[in-house]
Amino acid sequence: MTGTVQKPRGVRRSLSDLFYLRPRFLLLLLLVPPLLWMGIIYLGSLFNLLLYSFYSINDFTGQVEYRFTLDTLRSLFTTPANTDIVIRTVLMALAVTLACGVLAFPIAFYMAFYTRGNVRTIWYMLVLLPLWSSYLVRVYAGRLILAQEGVVSWFFAQLHLSWLLEAILKTPVLGGPSLSSSYFGMFLVFTYIWLPYMILPVLASLERVPKSLIQASADLGARPGQTFRKVVWPLAVPGVAAGSIFTFSLTLGDYIIPQVVGQPGFFIGQMVYIQQGTAGNIPLAAAFSVVPIVVITLYLLLVRRLGAFDAL
Amino acid sequence: MDNAVQLVNLSCVFGSVRAVDGVSLEIHPGEFFSMLGPSGSGKTTCLRLIGGFEAPSSGQILLFGQDASKLPPYARDVNTVFQDYALFPHMNVLDNVAYALMVRGVPRPERHKRAGEMLELVKLSGMENRRPSQLSGGQRQRVALARSLINRPKLLLLDEPLGALDLKLREEMQIELKALQRSLGITFIYVTHDQSEALSMSDRVAVFNHGKIEQLDTPRGLYGHPKTEFVARFVGSANVLEGHQIGLGEGKFALRPERVRITPGSEPGMNRLLGKLLDVHYLGSQTRYEVEVGGTRVTALTASDATVISLGSTVTLSWDAASLRPLSDGVSGPKQEASV
Repeated sequence: MTGTVQKPRGVRRSLSDLFYLRPRFLLLLLLVPPLLWMGIIYLGSLFNLLLYSFYSINDFTGQVEYRFTLDTLRSLFTTPANTDIVIRTVLMALAVTLACGVLAFPIAFYMAFYTRGNVRTIWYMLVLLPLWSSYLVRVYAGRLILAQEGVVSWFFAQLHLSWLLEAILKTPVLGGPSLSSSYFGMFLVFTYIWLPYMILPVLASLERVPKSLIQASADLGARPGQTFRKVVWPLAVPGVAAGSIFTFSLTLGDYIIPQVVGQPGFFIGQMVYIQQGTAGNIPLAAAFSVVPIVVITLYLLLVRRLGAFDAL
Repeated sequence: MDNAVQLVNLSCVFGSVRAVDGVSLEIHPGEFFSMLGPSGSGKTTCLRLIGGFEAPSSGQILLFGQDASKLPPYARDVNTVFQDYALFPHMNVLDNVAYALMVRGVPRPERHKRAGEMLELVKLSGMENRRPSQLSGGQRQRVALARSLINRPKLLLLDEPLGALDLKLREEMQIELKALQRSLGITFIYVTHDQSEALSMSDRVAVFNHGKIEQLDTPRGLYGHPKTEFVARFVGSANVLEGHQIGLGEGKFALRPERVRITPGSEPGMNRLLGKLLDVHYLGSQTRYEVEVGGTRVTALTASDATVISLGSTVTLSWDAASLRPLSDGVSGPKQEASV
């Protein structure tokens, strides 16, 4: 009788004993699923992708030729249309990252040092709320707001500033018939969509700065500006770097916003989408997707050189 | 010569809490002055007011004769050692110590030379290139000290600087701090909740309770002549006896446990009390006896000897009349205040 009662407990117990006595075994058990996922699904496909960028497509048959060649990657730089796409995308990503940084830092700074308790919770909500709604909805909302008859032009008209809007739209390259069909409008939508991804890491880094450091700096004779430059900013840089990697790589890879808002010119994400889909040129799609990987790697090395991670 | 610090009827109110409530005191140049009290007694707020990290609600702060009530921290000739040390994690030890010189624009070779000298003073030579995270608690403490002393301030504020250290290290640092203060001749204001620390290091101690000063005295004065029940109990330990209990009418009296003699058996008389022995704690050189006297507990602390008194037996407690210290009513808490 007692044996049957104890049996299920006995199994669990001996498992517990095993895990307790052999913590490495437990660790192994915990790590195997994520390692398999990372190793096979994630790194495997990434490797496969890189591999394909060294293949090419046969122009006549439309079949992938599984022979090592640098032609596909080279075409990114030799075909002017492709080069345009790369430059356009990288410049847009840089501009969006810069704008997100400039907008996010004061917000995060205010939240970290001037709000507490409920007020901070409300700010968190405000920052995160846009993420609750669908990305597509927000992008289309952006287009409607920026449209010729949209809220923004109405607002400018009410303030008798339509001439200013006109002037902005007349800017060479950046402008267009309306905000929603200009690079400037695309830039606004990108900045709006990715802003939370900049605010949150910057906020996280600022929240970890003890108030006593700021007081100590003032105590040692530093004026507020000096305290900011010598103490607050260096400690916030890892957060800014993390946030900029988000906004930068998200912009580099996005293929919806350039399609919905802005000029007809292609972006990297669109090219990847089109080349591996309708065009069936997987090697070229792979070559385009190598660009963000390389750019982000270079960027990471650069910020590391600049000491962005020293405070970690 | 002007006082290093003079507080005139200083108050600091946070919402409905009077953290510092009408404090006036004078601290002399070169003095080692302690602010002692339990947490929430206002001692740290008082220190932060002197440092400029809080703004007073009313009253005045004079530093070396100058009104500093409205000066920001960076405009005061005062430096602070923070409770959590507040070392800059992104700088090495040398740059941390040299920080005050850097913000004043002292050229790098000059400030590194002086920072090196400060590190020598706190016995941390050779650690220049380490990060604060690579140091032990005691070493961080020394870096914080060196950093706050590099400007040669006339006044150094220390906010429970030894609170995070273990007992042995704390005792070593107490001796070093006191020696450093003597050799530099700087006025130290030291906030602590540890009464033995305050007694052993200070020239004078202010005991804080509910935002007010209960008593300001030398360590000997505080321990030997506590004026209120709070001070008697907080500084060292004390038996507080009601006057009528010992035939002295109204009022309360403090009696230090080491002033109480204990003898077995019942021998009534003047300056005596009879009681029942509840507990005996053998502490090595001394023995502590807990005795129940008419519903209250009285503690006696005597040099250990061969006498063994059995628990539960009747004992006689006796003392010299001169050992009794009459107590006055101290600062009452906010709750009691409301009922008055």
